[in-house]
Amino acid sequence: MFATRINDPPGATTRAAGPRFAPIVADWDNAPDEDAMKAMKRREGLAKLTGRERYLDDLPLPVGGLWAATVRSREARGMLRAVRFGEGVAWDDFVIVDHRDIPGQNVVVLIEDDQPVLASSEVRHVHEPVLLLAHPSRAALRHAVRAVSIEIEPQVPVLDVTTQPRPEQLQYNDDNVFKHLSVNKGDISQGFESAVHVIEGAYATGAQEHVYLETQGMLATLEAGDGEGDVVVVRGSMQCPYYVHRALMTALDRPAHRVRVIQTPTGGCFGGKEEFPSMLAIHAALLALKAQRAVKLVYERSEDLAVSTKRHAAWIHHRTALDATGRLLAQDIEIAMDAGAYVTLSPVVLSRAVIHAAGPYRCPNVRIRGRSMLSNRVPSGAFRGFGAPQAHFASERHMDRVAAALGLDPVTLRQRNLLRDGDCTATGQRITDGSDRQGLLRRALEMADWEHKREQHRVWNASERWHRRGIGLAVFHHGAGFTGSGEVDLASEVHVAGLEDGRVEVLAAATEMGQGTITVLTQLAAARLGLDPEQVLVAEPDTARVPDSGPTVASRTAMIVGRLVERAADDLLARLGSRPQPGDGQALSRAIVAWHRAHPGRTLLGRARYQPPAGIVWDDQRYRGDAYGAYAWAAYVAEVEVDLTTYAARVIDFVAVQEVGKVLNEVLARGQIQGGVVQGIGWALSEEIVSRNGAMVNAQLTNYIIPTCDDTPRIRVAFEENPYPHGAQGSKGIGELPMDGPGPAIANAIAAALDVDPRVLPLRPERIMALVEP
Amino acid sequence: MKLLAPKSLEEALAMLAADAEIVPIAGGTDLLVDWPSNLDAHTRTYLDLSALEPLRAHRLNDHSLVLGALSSYWQVIEDAAVTAAFPLLASAARQVGAVQIQTRGTWAGNVANASPAADGVPVLMAYDARVELVYKNETETVPLAAFYTGYKQMRRTSGQLIRALHLPRRRYKLERFVKVGARRAQAIAKLGVAITCSGAGWRVVASSVAPTVCRCPALERLLASGAPIRCPEDLLPAIDRDTAPIDDLRSTADYRRRVLARVLFATLTEEPTA
Amino acid sequence: MLQPSQPPADHFELRFILNGEAICVRVAPQDRLLDVLREHLHQTGTKEGCGEGECGACTVELDGLPANSCLVPAYQVRGRHVTTVESLSQEAVSNLHASGATQCGACTPGVAMMARWIVRHPRLLERHRVRALMAGNLCRCTGYDGIVEGIEADLEATGAAALPVARR
Repeated sequence: MFATRINDPPGATTRAAGPRFAPIVADWDNAPDEDAMKAMKRREGLAKLTGRERYLDDLPLPVGGLWAATVRSREARGMLRAVRFGEGVAWDDFVIVDHRDIPGQNVVVLIEDDQPVLASSEVRHVHEPVLLLAHPSRAALRHAVRAVSIEIEPQVPVLDVTTQPRPEQLQYNDDNVFKHLSVNKGDISQGFESAVHVIEGAYATGAQEHVYLETQGMLATLEAGDGEGDVVVVRGSMQCPYYVHRALMTALDRPAHRVRVIQTPTGGCFGGKEEFPSMLAIHAALLALKAQRAVKLVYERSEDLAVSTKRHAAWIHHRTALDATGRLLAQDIEIAMDAGAYVTLSPVVLSRAVIHAAGPYRCPNVRIRGRSMLSNRVPSGAFRGFGAPQAHFASERHMDRVAAALGLDPVTLRQRNLLRDGDCTATGQRITDGSDRQGLLRRALEMADWEHKREQHRVWNASERWHRRGIGLAVFHHGAGFTGSGEVDLASEVHVAGLEDGRVEVLAAATEMGQGTITVLTQLAAARLGLDPEQVLVAEPDTARVPDSGPTVASRTAMIVGRLVERAADDLLARLGSRPQPGDGQALSRAIVAWHRAHPGRTLLGRARYQPPAGIVWDDQRYRGDAYGAYAWAAYVAEVEVDLTTYAARVIDFVAVQEVGKVLNEVLARGQIQGGVVQGIGWALSEEIVSRNGAMVNAQLTNYIIPTCDDTPRIRVAFEENPYPHGAQGSKGIGELPMDGPGPAIANAIAAALDVDPRVLPLRPERIMALVEP
Repeated sequence: MKLLAPKSLEEALAMLAADAEIVPIAGGTDLLVDWPSNLDAHTRTYLDLSALEPLRAHRLNDHSLVLGALSSYWQVIEDAAVTAAFPLLASAARQVGAVQIQTRGTWAGNVANASPAADGVPVLMAYDARVELVYKNETETVPLAAFYTGYKQMRRTSGQLIRALHLPRRRYKLERFVKVGARRAQAIAKLGVAITCSGAGWRVVASSVAPTVCRCPALERLLASGAPIRCPEDLLPAIDRDTAPIDDLRSTADYRRRVLARVLFATLTEEPTA
Repeated sequence: MLQPSQPPADHFELRFILNGEAICVRVAPQDRLLDVLREHLHQTGTKEGCGEGECGACTVELDGLPANSCLVPAYQVRGRHVTTVESLSQEAVSNLHASGATQCGACTPGVAMMARWIVRHPRLLERHRVRALMAGNLCRCTGYDGIVEGIEADLEATGAAALPVARR
């Protein structure tokens, strides 16, 4: 079922940090070879570097178009009583939309139909949208927003999910729990009965804001359809054009062909533009329909920070049984997450947290119980890692504490318990991929100079008055693609078209958000067809033109959509009657041109639809079986230095070693890891949402602290390879993996540096001070 | 919004004297933050100082450093002689925001903005800077240490303009500046402290631990007394007399108090590092 | 009803040099340089990431020094030289391209402008480290290594003598 390891000489495919500067591939006379492909430069890179790439806000407002603004609740919870329009504003000059203007359902379609487009009778979180305004002048809009007062009769909000809700706080079922999930393996009571050691611990992680550098934005226009009426066209910054398309259909009560969604070049997402953009798209469209004009809705930074979705805060409890030698006998894990006011994607985030909660370890008896709780806060949503970073923080911090309690080296404890081929995970999935998890760990420790550094720190710490250094480890895994039958349900489809001029076009809904979609899909198509990459176009994700290849999430794009590109390319060749001729791209182009001459007016389209790999069995009722087709594996090491005058910790060295099946592009892959690690460092050390009454009060980039260039060291990256046969060219997912490691590695390093026991992220200086001097 | 663009200092002063509500603007790095949504700010009258080139110069001689009203942080960073004579100015300037702010932000603007978290003010105050204020043709010089009278309040009447900051040159036995922020650049100070010691005595100036940047007389007396200070806690009684730190969205009173003691102690007992 | 907006009486003519070309444009007193570039002149390469002077996506060169254009009042630009990302040639950014300095591209114009400034003034490195000079450009995608390595490649390519120790 799974491939054996490739037999390359050591070092050939596992280069640390990649080549310094990949030269532009000049020689295309022969088949583009694998190394050249791996070195292909980002296709849209020059446009971005010279300011020519146009993002949503760069698009001019069409003539006669209007700007939009949102009027929001100031209460965390309550009944909507009145909307009053104040003096001093020429209200007749404004287009005003409220819930009554929604043609279809007042629902932002996602998993459950609980989140309204606009509040109608009640509000459930601060900043919940109530009213929309449009006007030709942005300045006039700002004045107008200030002049609207929304009268709300407050109700008692839920702001703390760790305590039982009172009866008057119940807003979902009888317990405010959006989702319960549990994973059961073996019999944990047996495990605890035979235990020599039992270690417990409670851990918590904070919410996190994505801080994509381009804020949320949408432009809605009305364009002529063919006969049946107009088409609402929404352009904007997003990850998932078809999610937006579905949401628009439901809210506007329009059939598929009367809604069109186009992703514009997008300045960063990290999950923050997975589901949230649907709200903006509907808002812009409602105004456009009412005004019969184009409408542009762009969030300013402080609004974006305050009102958009956040990573779920989590509280995780571990109770672990081990034998005398430190082998895991039982793991009993509880997870609670703060979902915010509406369900959004919380059940799926919980799912991933629950599935990863026990770590990459072998244990015969496991019970994991998770619950996702309602609170009257801005809804939590997708964020890179999607529950796994929270789970791995708890799990890996706990492992270090277990090691300390048993008097074991933290490395030895991992080595003793890491999954081996033939072992089963907590959901009963047998691991047989042949990945060398022990080797990954060894390599990370070697690159990080682990033993030597630990000794160095002992000496250094004893001689330094005001600084301490420590080194910490995290070993973890990340399932790629949608859980269980998710990919089957998505039924993704990709087309590869042969164009009249002999070039090909890849048609997929996968979006470029900086992770390299355009370049990688180009590479895959070019390699499969033996074409010069310049002969491959990647279509703009436009629902009028591209099939639904699924959302650009879950680290699935290269692995799953890329594989569909390969199969669609094969199908194209089949329709041409060609066999793949390695290296003869020109012949292929000629064949495509000839086909068009022979079939004027027709479309030459290779197609592929998702097929699950054989033998993957997942039971969604009992939450057992093969949760993911493939896992990426990783070992990260963080070295920190703590300033004892300020209690501020900083990372002075970071090693990230991972096996992601196959590295498709050296620079892009390395960039994903480095970027994810730095985002993880921010989550671990400085990013905190300060709230009062459920509202984020530090909604400015001066007060929500992400790392600058001078706050992080060089991130040293190495890849191992072990091709996954069902991923494009053997690749597994890579984008989210790097978020899982930094949190626990850094916490463990700080624990080593200061001999303290951190349990909560972020480890801001104030928190470290409390650990050192309670 | 009304905009006045004087071509000379005399013209600027005449305009300022005529209207108490005018807001002088230098680099704009404080005034323009979140500008589009700052609706009230758009109703005011601004006096653009940027064309008054004579105000941009800084002058270092044997007796003093004069920072003209439009002198920027970057000018000081890039002037080796000024950096050598007043190392704390360069150190503070490098920790203001980032380069893009340092090229536009001015020392005088930092003084006039009157933030208790100011980055420039503590080092200026520790160097005994004097603020030269001019109204029409009347000049008045006020010690920076006496310039602030309360939170965001200063001894500047509405028609006055800060023309320059004057720093006496001295031989310093000790000069230290520490800014504690949430990251290495682009950080508002959670707390800051500037310390100098010269023939004129000790100066200890703290930021973000009181309604204004302020001298710390109890700490200065303690240091001047020569009493042994064996640990950070020995500084706490004086800190408690001189400061009133608060909890805010950036940090806590407890952190500020304890870390001020530690930072002060460490910097006083250590050799200066490069 | 919705009226198209008339330019109010307080708008004035702003003359300055943009990427070497003399420009004359009508602006409002409350316009920022960023607004002039993006809205009036349709030079959308310079981005607005925060409006607070924190992220650096709006970085331009003003009389040869980098500045956040979101904090520069338009009226202060009269008679001055402004350089924006639109002035960068593909050759000028080719090392940044190769090193992975850009991913989503939203911070990239500001990064490219700072990189250009540093590389044209290599003596800065006698007193400043590259990472400190770049600390006013927030990037969420790259983790910064791709940016720093691209700048270092540019510095090496200028053929300057061995870089001073302070470069990292």
